[in-house]
Amino acid sequence: MEGGLRILFLKRLLCGAVMVSGLSGVVRAADDAVAALDPAVERREVQTPRIDSENFELGLYAGLLSVEDFGAHAVFGVRLAYHLSEDFFVEAAYGQSDAGLTSFERLSGAARLIEEEERTMRFYNLSLGVNVLPGEAFLGARRAYANALYLIGGAGSTDFAGDERFTFNFGAGYRLLFNDWLALRLDVRDHVFDMDLLGVDETTHNLEVSGGVTVFF
Amino acid sequence: MINLAEPCRPPGNFVTRLLLLLSCAFTCVAQAASENRVIVVDPYLELHTGPGRGYPIFHVVERNESVTLLRGKTDWIKLRTADGKEGWAYRDQMERTLAPSGERLRFTAQTAEDYQRRRWELGLLGGDYGGAALITIYAGYTFTPTLSAEFSASQALGDFSTATMAHLNLLSHPFPTWRYSPFFTLGAGGVRTEPRVTLVQARDRSDPTAHVGVGVRTYLTRRFIFRAEYKHHVVFTGIDERNEDIDEWKAGFAFFF
Repeated sequence: MEGGLRILFLKRLLCGAVMVSGLSGVVRAADDAVAALDPAVERREVQTPRIDSENFELGLYAGLLSVEDFGAHAVFGVRLAYHLSEDFFVEAAYGQSDAGLTSFERLSGAARLIEEEERTMRFYNLSLGVNVLPGEAFLGARRAYANALYLIGGAGSTDFAGDERFTFNFGAGYRLLFNDWLALRLDVRDHVFDMDLLGVDETTHNLEVSGGVTVFF
Repeated sequence: MINLAEPCRPPGNFVTRLLLLLSCAFTCVAQAASENRVIVVDPYLELHTGPGRGYPIFHVVERNESVTLLRGKTDWIKLRTADGKEGWAYRDQMERTLAPSGERLRFTAQTAEDYQRRRWELGLLGGDYGGAALITIYAGYTFTPTLSAEFSASQALGDFSTATMAHLNLLSHPFPTWRYSPFFTLGAGGVRTEPRVTLVQARDRSDPTAHVGVGVRTYLTRRFIFRAEYKHHVVFTGIDERNEDIDEWKAGFAFFF
């Protein structure tokens, strides 16, 4: 009796095992069917289109720089800007100007405060600009040009009268775009630095008015 | 009799090659042109007259129309429609366009993910170098998320002298994924000190320097990074066999690309 029960139990177990294995076979077949379908689905890659972005602006400028006590003289410079967004840009500029004689030097005749080669003022600055009041300027009925005013300020160094001096600059300008890559720039800037040429430290304000052409690339 | 065919062969080959090259160049150009065509998926795409949110919308491109991408300026992309109208579309709106092959395109500006994968960065810092006003610009290259190298050029403008410096730094970023990620720096360089001309008995001198530092940097938005740091410099002056210790504090912005 007991032996018969055991056989019955074994039979059931065997039957169950066969069923399970059969089921797993079905599942595997289903898996295979999915696998067979899989290659038909195309993988979609996200691609970045190659667009020529023109965020750099390089230009030359010329104007007048008034060096406190030394008179106003021609200034020439170069600037490179990078436009971070439609609102902000960073700019590096280098300029050079030849300062004249001070009133004291003119009146005294022969006396010279500084050497001739020290009269050349060289300066560089790194500034942050913000475009304000962007708009379009209309020339006649058919032409419209993008333009904006900008406020700009930064720091740099001025090499003048034998020494280099820490210089703040701030100002405002106007940018008129003739097309996508060519622009006209008008700029007014105050360069502020301390001079101790006459023995006493004094803060000087040196105004620069300039115009130039820049190219976007 | 001169055999004309024989000497003609090499130039013939050359011409063939040139023609092949030219035709290849043309197909490349043609491919490039077709690459820059996209199909609008959004109900409409607004075209502005200029690359800025303030410029008026003068045209609307409808769904399934194809446009050609011309150029980009900051977050704006200049397009040409099938009927020849040219205008500027905002980058985010371009996100819902497809390539002619049906592939998705990516126009979005830099994200925190791109920041983690950055390679090059440029920065501008200001601060204090032993009591003098300091201006620094640097270029950095990231080797791995935890290791980067930088080359910096600085000028410290003080009341008594001007120091012009160049440094090479190695930076370790132990926790690059933190919102405020700290870093440690170690480097060497040189400093050229020029005393003021109003000072007597002072001469220009150039000295080697070494420094250690610590700082923190954080990703702001788009391609901007803010960083602040402290460095301790040792200037090997060689005067009386003594070194000069200088503390430097600075902070500034950088952008990666």
